Amino acid sequence: MEYFVQQLIIGVTLGSIYGLIAIGYTMVYGIIGMINFAHGDVFMVGGFIALTAFLALLAIGVTSIPLALFLVLLIAMALTALYGWAVERIAYRPLRHSYRLAPLISAIGMSIILQNFVQIAQGARVKPLPPIITGGHRVMSSEGYDVDISNIQIIVVLTTLVLMLGFSWLVAKTRLGRDMRACEQDLKMASLLGVNIDRTISLTFVIGAALASVAGIMYLLYYGVIDFYIGFVAGVKAFTAAVLGGIGSLPGAMLGGLLIGLIETFWSAYFSIEYKDVAAFSILIVVLIFLPTGILGRPEVEKV
Amino acid sequence: MSPPLLAVRGVKTFYGNIMALKGVDLDVCEGEIVTLIGANGAGKSTLMMTIFGNPRAGEGSVVFDGRDITQMPSHEIARLRIAQSPEGRRIFPRMTVLENLQMGATVADPSHFEDDLRRVCALFPLLDRRMQQRGGTLSGGEQQMLAIARALMSRPRLLLLDEPSLGLAPMLSQQIFRAIRELNTRDGLTVFLVEQNAFHALKLAHRGYVIVNGEITLSGSGRELLERPEVRAAYLEGGRREAAGGA
Repeated sequence: MEYFVQQLIIGVTLGSIYGLIAIGYTMVYGIIGMINFAHGDVFMVGGFIALTAFLALLAIGVTSIPLALFLVLLIAMALTALYGWAVERIAYRPLRHSYRLAPLISAIGMSIILQNFVQIAQGARVKPLPPIITGGHRVMSSEGYDVDISNIQIIVVLTTLVLMLGFSWLVAKTRLGRDMRACEQDLKMASLLGVNIDRTISLTFVIGAALASVAGIMYLLYYGVIDFYIGFVAGVKAFTAAVLGGIGSLPGAMLGGLLIGLIETFWSAYFSIEYKDVAAFSILIVVLIFLPTGILGRPEVEKV
Repeated sequence: MSPPLLAVRGVKTFYGNIMALKGVDLDVCEGEIVTLIGANGAGKSTLMMTIFGNPRAGEGSVVFDGRDITQMPSHEIARLRIAQSPEGRRIFPRMTVLENLQMGATVADPSHFEDDLRRVCALFPLLDRRMQQRGGTLSGGEQQMLAIARALMSRPRLLLLDEPSLGLAPMLSQQIFRAIRELNTRDGLTVFLVEQNAFHALKLAHRGYVIVNGEITLSGSGRELLERPEVRAAYLEGGRREAAGGA
């Protein structure tokens, strides 16, 4: 039981990070119907911006941890959002009326460019961040097995929860969210009603990138190390999460992220850690056989 | 005579290499109902969309209220208060009726919203009871009313209606034509109406144009066109016989 609870804590933390990244995939897919393969690398860039900002803040003598965290959050979200905006502007918008495959190939190219850029700029080695948030709480303890929840785990889960609630509110209740949903359902009609669709699509990329940058910060704080390649692995997992939950569905992305995190963790804990990715992807395949549109995805019904 | 509100001059529109509109000239003056009638595939909806810059006219010009809008993006054209109830209605299926109407008010002054909502509900009382229902669950007639109501939410200076009677029961389409007439006589709304239902459209309109294969072949007052033998033959009582004979 104790072991199970401990794994649950780890799985939910990991799932939160995947969920934050998955939102970016699902939103972009919903609105322009393409898979933004560079999104995982935008997450990685977010992590590196956060690392640089942390070290810079420490160097200029900002020692208050909450203040540093807050500033890093702002800096990383703003700069990563800029990356997200630029990726769309440079690599996707010129191809929007082209063949369906063109932006996909361009996305893979963008992903390679971002990876190589960071590899050259930051070096290929693993970059460490000195532990900033330490400590934790004992949740339960028995028969010599202690269940702990660290402060960083609490921060990751709470931050994710707040962001997801905030973002869901934005999509459901605000003018921008309504415009985004209108674009998702009928791009042409939205433009006929006066919605600036270029601007709405740009904002979708900006918000997706900002959420991915928070995931990058969480990853950095949680694991303490980062390298130019994390975007690929985490990106594929988060993409899987989005598909599992039902691509195009916002609650689906959150649920999918959580599930992938849990599956991976429990498989590693009870079976074999080497096969954790096999487990995650196998479950994806099984789910897609029975629910081709994912768990919360909706079947495409055309009403004539 | 004052210049027309909408002036279409020599417009040619292409889909790839195919010329769908072959130099269309057409005017809509303030306060008029103008109808464009023609068979399936004649270019009626293409003209509607060309006015909105999607697709853009390859040649010629579209001038609205003295301003050349030929190269303008669609959302800026909407800001000039041209509204469209397009072919196929294009209701947002996973938004509520209220949200669809809110989308229609995108370019409107937010302080008008409550007033305008009451106005369209008075025009189409059915919608009032469906406010929280999703657009995709409405019947065809209700969707058509919603499409028109959504277009009206922007307080348009020019309303473009693409086949509002398509697929509707006769009673419903009469209700819609009545609503259009009421909007025109009471509020002075300018309407450009595309119809296959030539009889009702010509009776309703002040003036009409006939389009055949991307070209305007006839124009005149609604009454004149109704009495033209070639219109009667092709679009009114003889239409079926003519079409069956392979005309």
